[in-house]
Amino acid sequence: MFLSGNEACVEGAILAGCRFFAGYPITPSTEIAEGMARRLPEVNGVYMQMEDEIASIFSVIGASIAGAKAMTATSGPGFSLMQEGISLAVMAEIPLVIVNVQRSGPSTGQPTLPSQQEIMQSRWGRHGDGESITLYPNSPQECLDLTVEAFNLAERYRVPVILLSDAVIAHMRENVCLRDFHIVERGEVEDGIEPMGELGSGLRIDGVSLDETGFPKSVNPEGHRKHISKITNKIEKNRSKIIKFEKRCIEGCEYLIISTGIASRVCYYVQRRLIEEGMKVGLFRPITIFPFPWEELSKVGEEVEKAFVVEMNTGQMFHMVRESLDEVELIPEYSGKIPDPNSIINKIKTSVR
Amino acid sequence: MTNGDRKRMQDLILVERFPHIFCPGCGNGVVLKATYEAISTMDREFVFLGGIGCSARIATYFRGDVIRGAHGRALPIATGIKSIRPDVDVIVFTGDGDASAIGGNHLIHSARRNLDVTVVCVNNFVYGMTGGQVAPTTPKGKKTSTTPEGNEERPFDISKLVLAAGASYVARWTVLQFKPLVRSIRRGIETKGFSFIEVLSPCPVGFGRRNDMSIEELWAMYRDLSRGEEIEIGEISRRGET
Repeated sequence: MFLSGNEACVEGAILAGCRFFAGYPITPSTEIAEGMARRLPEVNGVYMQMEDEIASIFSVIGASIAGAKAMTATSGPGFSLMQEGISLAVMAEIPLVIVNVQRSGPSTGQPTLPSQQEIMQSRWGRHGDGESITLYPNSPQECLDLTVEAFNLAERYRVPVILLSDAVIAHMRENVCLRDFHIVERGEVEDGIEPMGELGSGLRIDGVSLDETGFPKSVNPEGHRKHISKITNKIEKNRSKIIKFEKRCIEGCEYLIISTGIASRVCYYVQRRLIEEGMKVGLFRPITIFPFPWEELSKVGEEVEKAFVVEMNTGQMFHMVRESLDEVELIPEYSGKIPDPNSIINKIKTSVR
Repeated sequence: MTNGDRKRMQDLILVERFPHIFCPGCGNGVVLKATYEAISTMDREFVFLGGIGCSARIATYFRGDVIRGAHGRALPIATGIKSIRPDVDVIVFTGDGDASAIGGNHLIHSARRNLDVTVVCVNNFVYGMTGGQVAPTTPKGKKTSTTPEGNEERPFDISKLVLAAGASYVARWTVLQFKPLVRSIRRGIETKGFSFIEVLSPCPVGFGRRNDMSIEELWAMYRDLSRGEEIEIGEISRRGET
């Protein structure tokens, strides 16, 4: 199939068993809503266009509570509005998927141009502690694969999973192949995680801290600490099972490029050119952005002289890379344009000279 | 539809959690009892939803499924639940601030879509849980902690707002009108479409105290309101099918 990234997200969601979508139109994510509005009725699913992104995320929460795999899609300004609901989903351990097709902000910015400005917002945008998962594809094929993976992880760990995309990945078309995916169904949770109850079983779901019987207890230090540990550790303890990344020509490299999403596609070319010119350059692409593969990156980068982070913002993933490696330089691009490979090549050459 | 045996209060309500958290003189306990009375003879399974605020706490005293999310967001959650499980009956407990301020957009759009839920909106003219701040329903001139010189803004008539947005069943009573309130909650549940029951209810701590009203004076205000001269009281719309 020749699909755009957004179309591939739709097909991935349907394959994963998504049966509810609620959203609000926003460039450059709108094709996902349009696709879901077309595809969901074919599989007895429900599409709802809500009054805003807050209503979208909360009705996705409602649908998930009612037993459906549910999703929404948005971009920066809408993603900000959804943070309140994501916080509830983290607190109450409600599985759901949010696709955030990043555009060039802040505010309305350049709505049709790409960016990678919500890497940090996808983990730190909401109020309160507790872990969630963020994935970032770099092709329409991965948009499909990782949308399925996002639903699987959401069910397995009972967390909101954020699939980051960007305006270029969303709209570029490439060949996409269907595979036999393993689909995780509701209730197939990781060891140590309690399966979510069904409607009618006496569910007690609340944003407020609860006592062991499910009754609100807003002053509950002991129980609250236990709950926060639970919603943090369930991801931390299983990070090796969750984390995905790509390594290219890592053996014996002296320099390392770290990049993700559409920027990493540019870096494939940059790496090839530099290797052709005789430099030993590796490339590390985090696919799971949160939890960040810092252990894996530290290992890869142990022997390198210098690492370069290429990203389309003023430095977000850069901070996580700095926690993993010693010599790190940022090559940012925040104009709304895709980074120019020649300019990256020049910057790297100048820096290592 | 209401022919089932009358269920005992302990079958439907977490009586072991009593005394409830509501302040002396508050009307929320009356609304809890009225809802129990309304559903005690109904042979149905309910999901109880609440937003945030004193009135949202009413939901937590029910047995069965109790779901509370964030401030103002009970109706979008109900939208998701009803989309997937149209067979379950949803009762939403909300307050005037929860429903008409932070959740105002969700309220009018749920009414426009005629979402098949029953909303019990406890209107005490003030934000009670946070200590008595001005609300979109606070009458002009009334003092609150954030309008110490008196409220200068005009209030919403929430029932009329919801009616204009397309709700099927709309009724408004004070907590002093117990029997009609019970009937309206039952009728709201039986109505297909959006049912909105507004209950005017006193907040002695957040509202009465700031306006130098004793509990007796405050309840006298509600006796006056029950007459329906200042604000329309009664069944305001019954255009939905039951």
